[in-house]
Amino acid sequence: MRGKQVDIQIEFRTPYMVVRLSGDVDLHSSPSAREVILDCLKKKMPLLIDLSAVSYMDSSGVASLVEGYQAARKQGMDFALVAVAQPAMNVLKLARLDKVFPIHASLDDVV
Amino acid sequence: MNAVLSFVSQVGQRSLQVVREVGYHAALMVEAFYWLLLGHWRRQPVRLGAVFKEAIGVGVNAIPIVALASFATGMMLAIQGIYTLRTFGAEGQVVLGISLSVTREFAPLITGIFVAGRSGSAIAARIGTMQISQEIDALRVIGINPVRYLVAPLLAAMLLTLPALTILSDLVALFGGALYCAGELSLPIGIFFDRVFEVLVVDDVIHGVLKSFIFAVIIVLIGAANGFNVNAGAEGVGGRQRARWCLGASASSSRIWYLHSLPAAKRLQH
Amino acid sequence: MPTTDLAIDVDHLVTHYGPRKILDDISFQARQGEIMVIMGGSGSGKSTLLRHLLGLHQPTSGSIKLLGKDITRLSADEMYDLRKNMGVAFQGGALFNSMTVGENVELPLREHTKLDENTMRIMSRMKLEVVNLAGFESLMPSELSGGMIKRAALARAIVMDPRLLFFDEPSAGLDPVVSAELDDLILILRDAMNMTIVVVTHELESAFKIADRITVLDQGRILMSDTVAAVRASDNPRIQSLLNRTPRNEAINPEEYMERLTREIS
Repeated sequence: MRGKQVDIQIEFRTPYMVVRLSGDVDLHSSPSAREVILDCLKKKMPLLIDLSAVSYMDSSGVASLVEGYQAARKQGMDFALVAVAQPAMNVLKLARLDKVFPIHASLDDVV
Repeated sequence: MNAVLSFVSQVGQRSLQVVREVGYHAALMVEAFYWLLLGHWRRQPVRLGAVFKEAIGVGVNAIPIVALASFATGMMLAIQGIYTLRTFGAEGQVVLGISLSVTREFAPLITGIFVAGRSGSAIAARIGTMQISQEIDALRVIGINPVRYLVAPLLAAMLLTLPALTILSDLVALFGGALYCAGELSLPIGIFFDRVFEVLVVDDVIHGVLKSFIFAVIIVLIGAANGFNVNAGAEGVGGRQRARWCLGASASSSRIWYLHSLPAAKRLQH
Repeated sequence: MPTTDLAIDVDHLVTHYGPRKILDDISFQARQGEIMVIMGGSGSGKSTLLRHLLGLHQPTSGSIKLLGKDITRLSADEMYDLRKNMGVAFQGGALFNSMTVGENVELPLREHTKLDENTMRIMSRMKLEVVNLAGFESLMPSELSGGMIKRAALARAIVMDPRLLFFDEPSAGLDPVVSAELDDLILILRDAMNMTIVVVTHELESAFKIADRITVLDQGRILMSDTVAAVRASDNPRIQSLLNRTPRNEAINPEEYMERLTREIS
């Protein structure tokens, strides 16, 4: 079992809302990540998910991102992943989702 | 000398096997009840949905056959009862005979035998095929206890539905008897049931229902144990034999209960 | 090698079936992220070894450490937790026939997690995508072909992202193209998730293609447990005959042979 908790920070970089996940996004911590993402989307702001500090992500984490992206698309809002760390990238690539999500190399590229 | 020795060793091996089998069934029963009662606390609850699904399979779907057999039995009891009692000019007592024998003996036995016949071997076959196709192993490696997942819901369903079926069987058999008495003795059905409720005490019905609880446990245990003991190979025959065994066991355990029904027989004499 | 990154550490394992000794003094290790192929002919004991690695049987003696925990001594609760990190794809798939493919894949999540319904569904569909079974989730297992069943079983095995994956005879009963695809899938999984993968097989070609290390079993003993190159180069006659598919030709011990034939006859 991985013990480290995910750390979720939210900051505003007009016009975006940036959710920074760090640590392990796994079966235990992904529900809270999912909740934060879906909550942010309710505030009707374009969303960036910063994954630069993710040390591990499993498919429950990816599933939460998929659900968030789908919710954003339904509302016609921007949703993108930023600075995806390698562990998270591997999982995205496994399900070929790296070709689905809008992905930016760094936050400065967008804001 | 050698023949004697091999005979003795065979007897010993047989006894050992019987003890082992009895032990296995007992362990299975304890485990199934354990998961039913404490599963929630062990993070492996027995799911209510599964219990209801099984209840429909073993209980609700058995209603037509149990009702048919009970109706016929009730009617035959009436036919035989009137025929015999007429010798003494006491055919009016037939209601007492029917009510007591139906509620105490026939209803639980008929229900038990028909449900055992329908579900006993079906349970064995289902668990047996799962054993061969490694589905039982798959459950275990996923971390799902097969007894909790397969046997406990069945047991709960059987404990729920068999007593209910027994009461249904009580009513239908009495109705069958009432119908025949209406024709033969011109005894109105309403009066028949009035008299039934006069002679019956709650104890009689409870007696039958208690019996059905025991049948429920026996049917599930023997079926499940047969299934789990299937090794990929030719054990189909053994399974079928065991199913007959199951019927025998149900019937004989009922026969033990005849002893307890002596007080009821005494009531018949008054 | 340091013990910390050993995903599997089997030490002097001895097992019996009744009075018969099936496995004799088995010891081997596999590191995290390694693909270990267990090879051997029929009756070599490789299936028995797999069943012990899965914790389905208790060995006579010896220890089996998975992810640092000795499964021969774990309590039921500890084993339950460890199982969340283990995925198993059985030879015949062992999909539950009463459930759809999707429900089969979701079952471990349902049993082990309290994830949201949507999350579980997306996760199981993602895994079906990985094994190229997208869109099949509402079919029943009986409607699938042999290769599809194996892939669905693999999807169920990896749905929890286990650190240990066991795969029993991935290529048995499949045509060469499909089994080659499964081999590729195994390699992709290891690379993406850094899984330790144990594959039990008797197919040489697939073993050499995917293995980092190979453990060769013969009549319940380990002939060797080493890298692919070392196994190929081995001059052990039994390994050579396995590689070259020559029938075994053992010396007969007349005493033992007669004893076997006439046992319990006076």
